[in-house]
Amino acid sequence: MSELYDRGKIQIENLLRNARAQADQRGFDRFPIVDVDSHHYEDRRWDEIIPYIEDDGIRDWARAMTERSGKAAATTITTAQVGNQEVSGRILRAGRNQLADLRDLSAEQRKHDDVARMLWAMDMMGIDYTIMFPTPMLHLSLHPAAEVEVALARAYTRWLTEELLPQDDRIRTLAYLPFNDPEASLRMIEEFGDTPGVVGFMVTSIRYRPVHANEYAPVYAALQERGLPLAFHAAYNWHEQSMTQLNKFISAHALGFSFCNIIHMTNMIVNGIPERFPGLKLAWVESGLAWIPFLMQRLDNEYLMRTSEAPLLKRLPSDYMRDMYFSTQPMERTAPTGMMRESFEMMNAENTLLYSSDYPHWDFDVPSVIYDLPFLTDRARHKILGGNACELFGLPTDKRAPASAAEAGLAPMVGEAVPVASTLS
Amino acid sequence: MPVSENGTAQEVAAARVLVGSASDFREGDRKLVQVAGRTVGVFRVEGRFYAYENTCLHQGGPVCEGRYFPKMTAVVTGDGRVLGEKYDESEPHLVCPWHGWEFDLRTGEFCGDRSKKLRSYTVETEGDEVYVA
Repeated sequence: MSELYDRGKIQIENLLRNARAQADQRGFDRFPIVDVDSHHYEDRRWDEIIPYIEDDGIRDWARAMTERSGKAAATTITTAQVGNQEVSGRILRAGRNQLADLRDLSAEQRKHDDVARMLWAMDMMGIDYTIMFPTPMLHLSLHPAAEVEVALARAYTRWLTEELLPQDDRIRTLAYLPFNDPEASLRMIEEFGDTPGVVGFMVTSIRYRPVHANEYAPVYAALQERGLPLAFHAAYNWHEQSMTQLNKFISAHALGFSFCNIIHMTNMIVNGIPERFPGLKLAWVESGLAWIPFLMQRLDNEYLMRTSEAPLLKRLPSDYMRDMYFSTQPMERTAPTGMMRESFEMMNAENTLLYSSDYPHWDFDVPSVIYDLPFLTDRARHKILGGNACELFGLPTDKRAPASAAEAGLAPMVGEAVPVASTLS
Repeated sequence: MPVSENGTAQEVAAARVLVGSASDFREGDRKLVQVAGRTVGVFRVEGRFYAYENTCLHQGGPVCEGRYFPKMTAVVTGDGRVLGEKYDESEPHLVCPWHGWEFDLRTGEFCGDRSKKLRSYTVETEGDEVYVA
């Protein structure tokens, strides 16, 4: 490669500075903003999490794999996916390229590095509360041994709720449910349902368990009784048989993240879970939005021809979907405005959409993605960006993010012509 | 420096900002400067200077702080077979570090839709001094 391309590799001083400028320009200090899906990289923390594994055999297995070839080996126990999230190095992952002095920041605040990093990102984007979830564990559901999923889910949740979440109440979580073991899932709800910082439970969606199976009835009943939401977090599984036909990450990612939740949603609706558990609050995370009007039309159309096949239903499939919640990211924004407006109306967006950033993952959405939609009323904007989540998860509605860039410790954007970063080397 | 701290937007917009010495810029070097309250990236590519606002057309990411990649091309035979992918180093792209939107470094055009362009600025050189107007 020529000299030119070598010089393209520079250190970015503050990757989210522009997000903070957007927050200032749009006045995000006027209303609460809740991010219902952000992440940290728990694979960097296995040395902290492994002592929480209760099963002696699995704990030593995990420890041995980690010691054998560093922390990366921990993916041997959480399972790994073929990936190309950064488009061969073009995208600089926000979690791994940010303020050089962030380590000092965490020392200064006497907070865990993951807490300090998350709070910094929230302050930059103007987010008051976030619901944080791990990263490689999104694929733990594919582990062939259900007892490993259970052991790691329990260890991670205990570590998260005992060591990280008590450090700052702006960070909450949907606790990982080891859904391949319904009885263990029920025990997780009983044990962690009242734990401070836990606002509900999360199922990772790439798995092969029919969600309408009777063995899940006690799980849904326990969540309904406690009023705790259940979210299904999408992911891709490039090893999924149909997906192995696809040769590019764009293909496996674009289809995979909607595909898994389309399967679970279809089973939920056709088998009448919303009729059997009418108080169960369901949220669908990170499948984007375009699949919602698609699936509404597919299921409604076929239901009207085959009502006898779904005898539990008293309404159209789309009616049940309009009672559920959906996270916004990664929001497809290429359709004509009129089509997007219709889609939002079709899904009852003002009352069902929950803003999510997915930060620091590669396809994250800043809050302005919602705020700048031309067809939303102020009321709808505020509800989607925070109000709906505050209500669903019982979060406070106070402002916690800094009100401005200056308050966040950044130099003002207007002033003398001072270079903010010099890349001459 | 021609910009006063209390300058109004109009006064600031009319000002010219000193970027630095041309001799400090090697091929591919860049500098970020503040122009009328906006961050602007100044690049030297193939001996010429280019300047763009550090705001991506997608979600407003810091595009001028991204990496350079050559244009990617597919190698296709006359009978329609793909043999692989090769870089075309004669078309350098500036890639937004937030989500990977690629822009032609010499025109500011968005490679996904050439009708869209980054906001560009005029670069003037006087002797060894480089200015953005």
